Amino acid sequence: MSIIQALEKEQMRDDLPEMRIGDTLSVHEKIVEEGRERIQVFTGFLIARKGTGIRDSVTLRRESYGRGVEKTFLVHSPRVVRIEVKKRGSVRRAKLYYLRKLRGRKARIKEAR
Amino acid sequence: MAGLIGKKIGMTQVFSDDGTVTPVTVIQAGPCLVLESHPDRGRVKLGYGEVKPEKLNKPQRGYFARVELPPRRHIRDFRLSGDDRFEVGQEIKADLFQAGDFVDVIGVSKGRGFSGGIKRWGFSRWPMSHGHPEHRRTGSIGQASTPGRVARGKRMPGRHGGKRVNAANLKVVAARPDDNLLLVKGAVPGPANSLVLVRFSRKKPRRQREAKKSES
Repeated sequence: MSIIQALEKEQMRDDLPEMRIGDTLSVHEKIVEEGRERIQVFTGFLIARKGTGIRDSVTLRRESYGRGVEKTFLVHSPRVVRIEVKKRGSVRRAKLYYLRKLRGRKARIKEAR
Repeated sequence: MAGLIGKKIGMTQVFSDDGTVTPVTVIQAGPCLVLESHPDRGRVKLGYGEVKPEKLNKPQRGYFARVELPPRRHIRDFRLSGDDRFEVGQEIKADLFQAGDFVDVIGVSKGRGFSGGIKRWGFSRWPMSHGHPEHRRTGSIGQASTPGRVARGKRMPGRHGGKRVNAANLKVVAARPDDNLLLVKGAVPGPANSLVLVRFSRKKPRRQREAKKSES
């Protein structure tokens, strides 16, 4: 597998912050529409991290106008411009899918320390 | 139609600049040593993979002594097309292909042993409930006393996989002669580390050579 790993490494970015489940992240994504380029920022809780190597992805969840919204990003995609860690969270699970059933004050994450 | 002998390494994916993901199979293609070249018959014989001479049997050693070339583990014939010309003793590398070319990749598919009709031919399963005693049987294989026999070639359970398969018309995503790697879009027959043959697609027009391109 090392040939594959070496190939993937060439395409992987090395400027990623340390991200843990429960953290609040901002992902700056390049969006091309009508021939114009702009940056869209999506901020939310990191509720799942999947994949290894080049397939590494993060799923963010936030509440937007009373609606739960989730977005999954391929971390190493050239469309992801930057990832910022806004807050550290303290959770006891690897996947925070239980947040989907909760809203409002219950759908909060305790801040680390 | 010349091609290369190689080894399937495995699959991964690559990003393009706009973020599109392409699934690719990584093939360690070449370097292949030209053992024989017969432009008159339109064939070349290529060897791949270094071996110690003592690993080969005597007839094989005799062959390499006759062509006066270092021994290779795998030997395959390729058809030449048009004005392909290769010198005996020349090494063909992955730069035979370039990104955008279409290739056929031939390998031996994964052996699946004696498989039923569902896996082998995509038959439908019987219902799991409502009193069905069996769920994966093939069902009827024909009529009664007219014609009184089973149609020739009737699809039934049997040995599945482990056969030579051609994955035709795959696009070359990248050719890296420096590390002998070829990245081909899509899946390729066989398990990782198995031998594969890569050749220019039979069914796609071949890329024009640089020399010809400048003429037109």
